[in-house]
Amino acid sequence: MVSLLLILLMSLFFTGFIIRTKSILSGRKGPGIFQPMRDIFRLWKKGSVYSTTTSFIFQIAPSAYFASVLMAVLMVPHGRNPGFISFDGDFIMFAYILAFGKFLMIVSALDTGSSFEGMGASREALFSMLVEPAFFILLGSFALFTGQTSFHDIFSTLHYGSQVSYLLGALASFVLVLIAMIENSRMPLDDPKTHLELTMIHEVMILDNSGFDLGTILYTTNLKFAMYGAIISNFFIGVLPYEISIPMFFIIQLGFAIAVGVIESFMARFRMGHNPQFVFILTSVSLLIFFGVLLVLGKFA
Amino acid sequence: MEKTLIEICNLLAIVAIVGILFLKTKGRGILTIGIITLQVIINTVVALSVFANGPVEYFYPGSFVTGAIPVRIDYLSAWFILVISFTFLTGAWYGIQYMKKYIEQSDNLALHAVAFLLLYTSLIDICLVQNSIVLLVIWEIMALSSFVVIIFEHYKSTTLKAGINFLIQSHVCILLLTIAFMWVKVKTGTFDFNAISSFSTTQTKITGFALFILFFTGFAIKAGFVPFHTWLPLAHPAAPAHISGIMSGVIIKIGIYGILRVLMLIKTDMVTVGYFILFVSLITGLYGVMLAIVQHNLKKLLAYHSIENIGIIGIGIGLGCLGLGYNNQLLVLAGFGGALLHVLNHSLFKSLLFFSAGNVYQAKHMMNIESLGGLIKRMPHTGYLFLIGSLAICGLPPFNGFISEFFLYNGLFHGLVSSNLQFILFLLFSILALVIIGGLALICFTKAFGIVFLGSPREEIHEEKNIEVPMRIWPMYLIVLLIMIIGLFPLIFNTYLLNVISLYGPGLNPQAKVHFGEILTQLSIVGWYSLGFVALVFLIYNLKLLITRRRIVNQDTTWGCAYTGQTGKLQYTASSFIRSYRKLAEPILSIKKKKEEAKGLYPGIIMQKTHALDKIETWLIDKPLLKVRKFLGSFVFLQNGNIQAYILYGFVFVGLALLLPSIIEKIVVIVKFLNQL
Repeated sequence: MVSLLLILLMSLFFTGFIIRTKSILSGRKGPGIFQPMRDIFRLWKKGSVYSTTTSFIFQIAPSAYFASVLMAVLMVPHGRNPGFISFDGDFIMFAYILAFGKFLMIVSALDTGSSFEGMGASREALFSMLVEPAFFILLGSFALFTGQTSFHDIFSTLHYGSQVSYLLGALASFVLVLIAMIENSRMPLDDPKTHLELTMIHEVMILDNSGFDLGTILYTTNLKFAMYGAIISNFFIGVLPYEISIPMFFIIQLGFAIAVGVIESFMARFRMGHNPQFVFILTSVSLLIFFGVLLVLGKFA
Repeated sequence: MEKTLIEICNLLAIVAIVGILFLKTKGRGILTIGIITLQVIINTVVALSVFANGPVEYFYPGSFVTGAIPVRIDYLSAWFILVISFTFLTGAWYGIQYMKKYIEQSDNLALHAVAFLLLYTSLIDICLVQNSIVLLVIWEIMALSSFVVIIFEHYKSTTLKAGINFLIQSHVCILLLTIAFMWVKVKTGTFDFNAISSFSTTQTKITGFALFILFFTGFAIKAGFVPFHTWLPLAHPAAPAHISGIMSGVIIKIGIYGILRVLMLIKTDMVTVGYFILFVSLITGLYGVMLAIVQHNLKKLLAYHSIENIGIIGIGIGLGCLGLGYNNQLLVLAGFGGALLHVLNHSLFKSLLFFSAGNVYQAKHMMNIESLGGLIKRMPHTGYLFLIGSLAICGLPPFNGFISEFFLYNGLFHGLVSSNLQFILFLLFSILALVIIGGLALICFTKAFGIVFLGSPREEIHEEKNIEVPMRIWPMYLIVLLIMIIGLFPLIFNTYLLNVISLYGPGLNPQAKVHFGEILTQLSIVGWYSLGFVALVFLIYNLKLLITRRRIVNQDTTWGCAYTGQTGKLQYTASSFIRSYRKLAEPILSIKKKKEEAKGLYPGIIMQKTHALDKIETWLIDKPLLKVRKFLGSFVFLQNGNIQAYILYGFVFVGLALLLPSIIEKIVVIVKFLNQL
């Protein structure tokens, strides 16, 4: 329960922090940290326009997408407090539930019969396929390291052993930050501020969504960011008491947001054709973690 | 009781086949469907009673050739009987509506009905009989009758070609099985399956493994493991939709049944066997889905997906064998449990997908994905049924595919906590492969569903009306019902599964029961949360409806960057949807491309063609065959059509036949003479 509340709270101003970081780094004052959320509220109040080509799938997809991320958020623990849903192998369901939402978003993009949205859908499908192995190997390494197979058990037993766990946690955060960037279609893969359809991924997929649906999709992105931030924070919180863990949670989340802002300010977007190579790096880094774990556990002996 | 019921079931088939002779076309259809339904009911009763009262065994005296014929209905047989029967039930009821389009081909339909009955009966009998020579005979009946049902549209040359390809490959399969069975027979003197056990226990590991490889290769041709998969992508598009569904759902599964049966009997080094099956399955799974994505023909795409799913089932079997070899009970449970459940699950969603594809085919007379589009508006039932099938085959919750994949992941992640490095690495690659298969399946089915059913039509094709009649749709909804039940309440089959798994290994100890209990609790949790997820989706959707109730909702055309003309042809196509994937996979696959670009001031027609070749088929079958043909072709001068030459051959032959003995005699005499010198 704790993590659900914290993530929901964080999701309100996560993107605001990113935007603020970016504006400060580019020498502007920038909007307040609640501005993205205000925009979303405004969208929630608006009416909507549906394309005549679309079917029911287009109408339900944003809701299903939001539900899938919310369901995934329910599985994320906070330190010693397990998530709302916690069982052995919950991270498998976590990944597959998110994939369900993605599936519907991809087909809803194809539902519009647009000449652009298929492009984004195609890229989203490919990149999320390439990201998935990294996530599973990462969790597999930690399952091997701790001998546990659920989010909560893995995180709560992570730091009982040696100090190596913090090193692994740092490497894992690197992978997870990049997974979050890819899943949310941010730089260096995709530029959310671009206005050319040919170079967009996520934005081009939702060209035809408007009003409430668009608001829901944008909010889901924020929620997803906060969710990945929460997972990253779990690598360091361990079983610390709430007085320490909750401030640490916010510090790590803010660090994450600032890191995203810094990356976006100083990096250019990759050429679309080079993106797969970049995504493969993640899998190799998680393989590195896996072999590191094997080394620590002395399996190579 | 089981004996009588099985005999009635076989007798019913014979009665129906005789009855078909005396009826008109319509009566034949009603008779066939009636008999199939009756047989399904009888067989279901038999299977359920086996699960309730334990295995049944009885003998027929047989003849001096066969020896006693043992019939053993154990849990494995019962499980496969249930799977086969359900798919045949829905397949028959769907098929009779599908076949209405061909009502004027009366004789052809009669042959189809006879073969269909034979196919079902022989498949059931294969699961029961445990005498190798009788099994081979039934296997042959099964192969021939499936050949006949596949080539229903035999007036098309592609269909006939695919059928002959199937016929040859299934006979290579029978040949290998015959060699394996005869090996055991010669060494032990009996055709009883138990001889495999007694024979393999006395042999060295290598001999045992060789025997297993013979069996495995034979059954793998039927099941479609790479590199023996090449008949599947040809046969599936050629057959009528209900046959494709049945073929993918259960005929290839009979190969899996064979492998599972042999694994139960053979006593050899299970670790080697496990690694071998796992290795083959990983390649099968990945290769199947990688090729599936680049297909343009909807049914061919589904056929390659069958290969992928056989790979997933194989991963489960391989894990189970490794569990047996390393004496890891949890792995046995998760591996075999996942494999058996996936056999059922795949038979459900794959038949659903093929039936939907059949509806599309009969509406549009077209299977080319690139020409279709926007069908969900014209055929809503088919569209949503295909969507459910797609979600299930991608292994997404809350559908049944997720349950069996979760089973496998469970085994894989628990197996990681082991001390054997080689084993850990293999598990790691299995996890990687399973994840990549899942991701690629997602690309494949977003493409198939999105391009065929969504958007607007890409070409003006004549469309037939009244495809979605209730009689045709209800078997498909029946399948969906089962898919949902397994997805949301995965525990309904747990006792059956535990019974089947307990046949492997020297009895499951109490600790294993506890493990299985743990897996089941997790599964029931997964089921409940899946239900919760469905509720959450509908809650949020209804919340949205409630909030936006008073808002203004307008309709307009899709945003086209200020272009307002017809956009049907401007839509994203299937080829462009997978272009970036194709670029990545190009080094592994072989894709033929043909391109004509726009040239000059007044360009003519521009076009681009891509055609995916099956590299393994090219290298393993086409090229060697070409070599053989070339070699044999060098003797073509002998067959010159000259009567005189043929008479000369006759004389030469007769002369040689007569003279050869005496020539040899002379040579012997000379050799003897030389020796005496």
